[in-house]
Amino acid sequence: MKFDTPATTNPIDQMKVVGKPIPRIDGDLKVTGRAKYAYEWHDASTPYAYGYPVGASIARGRIRSMDIAAAEKAPGVLAVVTTLAVGERKKGKFNTAKLFGGDEVQHYHQAIAVVVAENFEQARAAAALVKVDYAEEKGAFDLKEAMKTAEKPADSQQPDTSVGDFDATFGSAAITLDEAYSTPDQSHAMMEPNASIAAWDGDNVTVWTSSQMIDWWRADLATTLDIDKEKIHLMSPFIGGGFGGKLFLRSDAVLAVLGAQAAKRPVKVALPRPFMINNTTHRPATIQRIRIGAERDGKITAIAHESWSGDQPGGQLEAAVAQTRLLYAGANRMTAMRLATLNLPEGNAMRAPGEAPGLMALEIAMDEMAEKLGLDPIEFRILNDTQVDPEKPERPFSHRNLIGCLKLGAETFGWSSRGKPGARREGNWLIGQGVAVAFRNNMMLPSGARVRLDRQGIATVETDMTDIGTGSYTIIAQTAAEMLGLPMDRVAVQLGDSRFPVSAGSGGQFGANSSTSGVYAACVKLREAVAAKLGFNSDDVVFENGEVRSGNRSVPLTEAVGDEGLVGEDTMTWGDLTQTHQQSTFGAHFVEVGVDVATGESRVRRMLAVCAAGRILNPITARSQVIGAMTMGVGGALSEELAVDTRRGFFVNHDLAGYEVAVHADIPHQDVIFMDETDPMSSPMKAKGVGELGLCGVSAAIANAIYNASGVRVRHYPLTLDKLIGNLPDVA
Amino acid sequence: MLNPTQLEISRRNLLITSAAAAAATSALPLSAAAQTSPTETKLISTVAFAVNGERRELNVDNRTTLLDALREHLHLTGTKKGCDHGQCGACTVMVDGRRINACLTLAVMHEGDEITTIEGLGQPGNLHPMQAAFVKHDGFQCGYCTPGQICSSVAVLEEIKANIPSHVTTNLTAPAAASAEEIRERMSGNICRCGAYSNIVDAITDVAGTRA
Repeated sequence: MKFDTPATTNPIDQMKVVGKPIPRIDGDLKVTGRAKYAYEWHDASTPYAYGYPVGASIARGRIRSMDIAAAEKAPGVLAVVTTLAVGERKKGKFNTAKLFGGDEVQHYHQAIAVVVAENFEQARAAAALVKVDYAEEKGAFDLKEAMKTAEKPADSQQPDTSVGDFDATFGSAAITLDEAYSTPDQSHAMMEPNASIAAWDGDNVTVWTSSQMIDWWRADLATTLDIDKEKIHLMSPFIGGGFGGKLFLRSDAVLAVLGAQAAKRPVKVALPRPFMINNTTHRPATIQRIRIGAERDGKITAIAHESWSGDQPGGQLEAAVAQTRLLYAGANRMTAMRLATLNLPEGNAMRAPGEAPGLMALEIAMDEMAEKLGLDPIEFRILNDTQVDPEKPERPFSHRNLIGCLKLGAETFGWSSRGKPGARREGNWLIGQGVAVAFRNNMMLPSGARVRLDRQGIATVETDMTDIGTGSYTIIAQTAAEMLGLPMDRVAVQLGDSRFPVSAGSGGQFGANSSTSGVYAACVKLREAVAAKLGFNSDDVVFENGEVRSGNRSVPLTEAVGDEGLVGEDTMTWGDLTQTHQQSTFGAHFVEVGVDVATGESRVRRMLAVCAAGRILNPITARSQVIGAMTMGVGGALSEELAVDTRRGFFVNHDLAGYEVAVHADIPHQDVIFMDETDPMSSPMKAKGVGELGLCGVSAAIANAIYNASGVRVRHYPLTLDKLIGNLPDVA
Repeated sequence: MLNPTQLEISRRNLLITSAAAAAATSALPLSAAAQTSPTETKLISTVAFAVNGERRELNVDNRTTLLDALREHLHLTGTKKGCDHGQCGACTVMVDGRRINACLTLAVMHEGDEITTIEGLGQPGNLHPMQAAFVKHDGFQCGYCTPGQICSSVAVLEEIKANIPSHVTTNLTAPAAASAEEIRERMSGNICRCGAYSNIVDAITDVAGTRA
């Protein structure tokens, strides 16, 4: 099915199941420990062996030689596979740095060997015996230095845009802002480490892994191993978090497959936690410059956003200016991004790539500009709302209710009680409130599904879609239940298996809308098959209460499908509605913080998000995604920073003690409101993504609240106490 | 159950074998003590403990953590490995009624202990009240930290009931309360990167019978 005209009324609009707060259908498995994650697949008759990775201890250079004699002789060792022995390999389409193979070291902790042994302890001990002789080379590790030689990347990365005459307008604007901001390297830090089990059967291999994107992984694993994609069976039905860290093939899968080949045994490989941060990808740091010019009435006349980030050679921009191209009005505007070469580990997508760090800067700038203009920050944003793409005014937004989010949020949160910076104090706490806008585009990817309806009246959905905690199992079941007129307990969902139709996968907040649309398309096929079998006119067929009805004829589905059952399979593809209309999601984040006047410690006291993201398919799982994103935003604002050793070229704090994500004590009760809306331009589900929207703007709202509390403006994340303490008001 | 002092003693005594040392390590399981010979390295030990009420005897590599004994030997994979060095709490289990990080303790240290894992709390269709509350309040997303969060939650309420103070307890003479602040403090060793904290506190508070 191709979605190329706006949706009209369809069975989803009944909202008998879709849109209802239904608890997760995989909930019982997860709370009882029965959900099986990648490393946990177990067959009693299979003699699993254990692989332990060895990582490069230099950031850049070549491996002259590797001495594996001691490791090979260590107790229990079955095989040692080195990067030199396997030699150069083709790289997966989605990987920037190679995962394994050859003598070149591109970054610290790049995988250079895997030691396979009878048990985990033996493999780990033997891995420590591998000796490596490196020819180390100098590298670039400091973005501040490297930005001087940063270059404009290929047009395919859309580095520059320009409309009107920014320089002249900015130069003559009544009120102007010109400030620099920075965001640090961040790590996904999902709770389940990257992990795989590989088992060969002849020249076919099955890999249980932890992947957000089954088909991307399968294709890139085939490329890396130089084998036929059809010979790879990938399984990833439960994923312990991803946030972008499991979008692209990772070394654990490659090492498990090669280790299993060498040991002639199924092999399990999990990346040790302290290995993950430098071995895998991260969100690249940015340095940003924002200039805004406005007239005294608060209308923006000129806006410019520039950003510098770094990556491995051949890598990508962190597209931190993306939202600035679309979020606020202003006739004269420019954006530009430059890419520096860094020899740190590969930079790549982490939750809301581009917008997350971009809004961390832009939404502080908007707060500063409002203050310069003497306007309330909400009023300033409302004044500069736009209902069209400001770079291409002929493109309207499909639906945009940012103003509604801001107004409802202000009323709910008690925004009117906010005082001037540093004005409110309770004991040792300086109290402040902050607001920031959330914005993230709505993307769709093709997504397929197969739905079987058996004679017991049970529908089984099969798709290679993944559930990384987002609630895919549940919303897919809701979609099929709604389409087929079945209760939830008559729908089974099977995900994350490469034998199923290729789906959108999980990422870029495209998963929910795309994958349920694929299930919608498959259900339409199935409905047609049922109608055809019964000789019903498919136009007036109604599926309800386990029956199929046409005119005054009605037949139970159990009877209608016959002994063999019926199957519907289809893939949803997308027309040009995203080109003709700008499709985005919107929100407003409100935060209240306390800043300790003596220590500069910041604590988040209250949080509210108001989101406008089309139809909400399940308010429980959608809300959980948003509060989870708000929590990640607290970490991003206050503590998360990969510390770069600019001499040795690696992230120093490469574990969960050094890289500080938010914990229970950091997070207050959180509130989320979803605007009641649908977007018929987005899909037959009329839904959009929400999981990344929830992160966008949170950290800036916190930074703005800290400014309102303390009077100290910090433009460089994270807002640790050392950046506040020198400028706090007197303690007395 | 071992406490840190006993652990320190046992570490020292792994290096010496004498009558005095043997006396000092009398708290150690026999199988672990028997391996401490300066001339011979015995890598495998036998250890027996009860898991969820069932006696289990294992031959494990001496370096095997309780976590890997549960996951890799007993195939009780509900207990999760998130960091393998005590930073994330995903491996939280209860040993003799107290919560511990199963990754920070060796299996051979648990001779005779009573271990409770997530599998022992409840099963699908017969959930422990805390498991049911986590489902009701959606106290998780990906589910990977969840068994640890739930084991910790159950133990936290017991700790509060036993009047054990925490860092945020302001009045040591009054009974400890299952307030949101107490729960957050006591649960802070269990990281949830999906960020379900607000819902988890609601779930625990629900079970504790008080409001956040």
